[in-house]
Amino acid sequence: MKSLFKSTIIGAAAVVLMAGTASAGDLVINFDDPNPAPKAGFEAAVEAFKKANPDINVTVNINDREAHKTAIRNFLSADAPDVTSWYPGNRMGPFVDAGQFEDISELWASDANLSTSFEAIKPTMTRDGKQWGVPYSYYQWGIYYRKDIFEKNNVSEPKTWDELLTACDSLKEAGVTPFTIGTKFLWTAAGVFDYLNLRTNGYDVHNDLTAGKVKYTDPRIKETFANWQTMLERCSFVDNHATMSWQDAVAPFAKGEAAMYVMGNFAVAAFKDAGLTDDQIDYFQFPEITPGLARAEEAPADAFFIPANAKNKEDAKKFLSFIAQPEVQAEWNKTIGQLPPNSKSAIADDKFIQKGFEAVSTASGLAQFFDRDAPAEMAKVGMEGFQEFMVKPDRLDAILERLDKTQERVYK
Amino acid sequence: MFPRPIEKSSVGVRTAYKIFLPIALFIWLLPLLAIFMTSVRSAADINSGNVFGWPSSFQIIDNYTAVFTQSDAFTYFLNSIKITLPTVAISVALACLAGYALAIYRFKAALPLFFIFIAGNFVPFQILMVPVRQLSVETGLYNTVTGLVLFHAAFQTGFCTLFMRNFIRALPMELIESARIDGVGEFRIFWHLVLPLVRPAIAALSVLVFTFIWNDFFWATVLTNGEASKPITAGVRALNGQFVSQWHLVSAASLLAAVPPVLMFFLMQKHFIAGLTLGATKG
Amino acid sequence: MSSVESLDDASVVTAVDNRSWYKKNRLAIAPWLFLTPAILFFLVYVILPIFQSIWISFHDWDGLGEATWVGLANYVELLDDDRFYTSLWNNLLWLFLFLLAVPAGLFIALFLNQTVFGMRLYKSLFFFPFVISQVVVGLIFTWFYNPNFGIIAEIWNWFGASPPSILGDERYVTYGIIVAGLWPQIAYCMILYLTGLNNVSPDQVEAGRLDGAKGLKMLWYVILPQLWPATFLAIVVTVIGALRSFDMIAIMTQGGPYGSSNVLSYFMYEQALSEYGFRMGYGSAIAVVLFLIMLVFISYFLWSMYQEEKGGH
Repeated sequence: MKSLFKSTIIGAAAVVLMAGTASAGDLVINFDDPNPAPKAGFEAAVEAFKKANPDINVTVNINDREAHKTAIRNFLSADAPDVTSWYPGNRMGPFVDAGQFEDISELWASDANLSTSFEAIKPTMTRDGKQWGVPYSYYQWGIYYRKDIFEKNNVSEPKTWDELLTACDSLKEAGVTPFTIGTKFLWTAAGVFDYLNLRTNGYDVHNDLTAGKVKYTDPRIKETFANWQTMLERCSFVDNHATMSWQDAVAPFAKGEAAMYVMGNFAVAAFKDAGLTDDQIDYFQFPEITPGLARAEEAPADAFFIPANAKNKEDAKKFLSFIAQPEVQAEWNKTIGQLPPNSKSAIADDKFIQKGFEAVSTASGLAQFFDRDAPAEMAKVGMEGFQEFMVKPDRLDAILERLDKTQERVYK
Repeated sequence: MFPRPIEKSSVGVRTAYKIFLPIALFIWLLPLLAIFMTSVRSAADINSGNVFGWPSSFQIIDNYTAVFTQSDAFTYFLNSIKITLPTVAISVALACLAGYALAIYRFKAALPLFFIFIAGNFVPFQILMVPVRQLSVETGLYNTVTGLVLFHAAFQTGFCTLFMRNFIRALPMELIESARIDGVGEFRIFWHLVLPLVRPAIAALSVLVFTFIWNDFFWATVLTNGEASKPITAGVRALNGQFVSQWHLVSAASLLAAVPPVLMFFLMQKHFIAGLTLGATKG
Repeated sequence: MSSVESLDDASVVTAVDNRSWYKKNRLAIAPWLFLTPAILFFLVYVILPIFQSIWISFHDWDGLGEATWVGLANYVELLDDDRFYTSLWNNLLWLFLFLLAVPAGLFIALFLNQTVFGMRLYKSLFFFPFVISQVVVGLIFTWFYNPNFGIIAEIWNWFGASPPSILGDERYVTYGIIVAGLWPQIAYCMILYLTGLNNVSPDQVEAGRLDGAKGLKMLWYVILPQLWPATFLAIVVTVIGALRSFDMIAIMTQGGPYGSSNVLSYFMYEQALSEYGFRMGYGSAIAVVLFLIMLVFISYFLWSMYQEEKGGH
């Protein structure tokens, strides 16, 4: 009798499944990076989760990063997964404000691991005094460079702005383009801008700018652009960067045509895929521009969120707790070459990660990244402006006025 | 015949024409040939910059299987089929009915209705985008194959009706008149008399709509996001993001995406061309 | 087409009077029964959304929360938005340059209108590009234009010049995309003309020849007038194609660099539904402008068709 009952249940469950409605026990996760290393890291974590929770039937959708950014708007309201990757800071703002993300403050409070090991990053995950997601990784930005090319041309790691410019001179003399970049998808240019502004004006001014409290035509911001102009002239970036994605821009770097790359640490895996070895590449922090300014760094985090329309929030929370565990975060970030937000996690024995951890943990402030700190519309117009400036520096005034106009409208 | 048949020209002109013809074709299809050559190259060729020379090795099988094994191309393909075939069926069926009504019956609304169908066929997609997306979200059809099918079928109805109406209009009306006098019901006339006569039009329309829908990209981006319902066009774009700098795989995937409409075209060429030209020239 | 007009109901109805209501009125009711499904579909997915979009364009709405009425504010902002003018200008470029597909298609059709061996195969191979998805065409040309390893780069390097970055330079980018778009469009126009040429009456051509018309003169005075239906259709599909250009831009540049290759259709999408914008109201305002532009052409096409319709019966 019991087995008959059981098979009826299974039969009913099968019918429900075929009807397309997810029953409890199904967990759908949307993830946004199909590149080999991030995919492997994510899939390993999911496997571990499945092993720990054999009764949960996990389905994953892995979308292209750029596509995910547009798709999330749609699926949050229409066809919500149970867990989705997204970015903290201002970038989660619209969804939190529209009630599309589930408030998980209670999980943060009740989970011992979450409540004790994430103090540093908790503010980024907080909006309106509540927590909305769980970070699984963060990473430093900085200048990645070809150590072998530097050595061949007797250039050493620059510590100051002048040293950087001199290094560029030597590289150019040797026929090497100092910087590579691919601005087709715009955000890479924002990385350069963020650092120039952080180093020229410091964390507070930068924060005020992205919060709409400082105008783009402000003399201090103009100073940042003046420095950028100097960088364009004396350092110069690869030609045709406007048609290249960040991955395309790895090619000149790998071929030795360009020697430096302002990038996030996730790029190291791509460098290695392109055939570069640890001996050939290294990392230094963006050099000081205004002497004596407290050093802030760019350190964006990646996180998971539960959509408010999720069908299986119980298991979704289990998943978030799981990926917050120190061992899981350590393992995951080892695979993807990034830093675990959990302060109790071991950090991989990798020079980039060690150096990056050093840079980030001693910084006076951490910026999330221009397109996460500024509201989306401002970010779009701003980054288009940065790209235009890199191609046509003489249009600076017109660009800045346009940014001011957008700023006025967006932050009203 | 215009221009003058080449047979009437001198031997020199004739030979020149025959030599130039394949050259012109070669230049015209150069983009396709290039992409085909790329799709059989090895990754090493792409990385070392041997993009236009003779491939160092032919990896045709490797590359084309890689597209399927390393990505969701198979699902995309299946989705495209699941979207395209029902759309063709529904829109052609609706158009047969509507076209018949507009062609055979004399009533005041016939011409305005006909023009609304034509005009609707020409409107920019963007003016439909926000409401259609919203409608799909609210009815739970967002990101489903059904949602795409319903929209496509509705939109194509405009063009198909135009086509069918003009085709049926050209049929000998005496047949229908005499059937009516014999007391045959309206639906039976449609079903037993008219439908068999418009078979060529149905074939032509089906081929055309198949190509249009298979190649649709805009609505695929607006109405889908996940793997579950994404058709191959949107899929190729996603693959382009995934296979960064792996042009051999992107090329292979692109060519695969083009296969069904190309096959359709070559198999049904006569209908295809008839469809393109007959539909709207006859007004 | 001179067929007997369908019977006017009167004659039949008066003849027999004792039939059911449906039978009496069947000629009036039947068309509506046949039309209902198509009308319903069309109404829900095409006609109503047009009006909804116009309505939304008067609102500020992010697609998630409540929409707020802002009157004409979206349109006012549009008039003050540089990106709108860039897009509009590019739309004009598209429109004019895309029309080159019509003469180009005619040219190729004339070239191919012969009966040498294998001509049918040649014709279909020339038509080939039209069958391929614009996504694929866009990808092919993106790769062609790539200044580092594209075919353009090879050609330039051959001459020892450094290749231009066609899709990265605001001066060339729109032209680059239009050329890519022309490829399938020319094929389309070509096939229309090939069929048109098939229907050109041989008698008139002969008569022209006897009058001493040759070459271009013959083309202009005898052939082209007869090709008018094909030309008309070619213009219609090309204009619509130019204003609808979306796929190519989405694939090749996403409107970049810094918005310089944007057109209204992509600009609208970007504002309403992309990563950095969910301004449904503003996007709808752009869509309405695009719709109005299109409406000018649609009205003209419908008017021409109406004239023909009147003339035909």
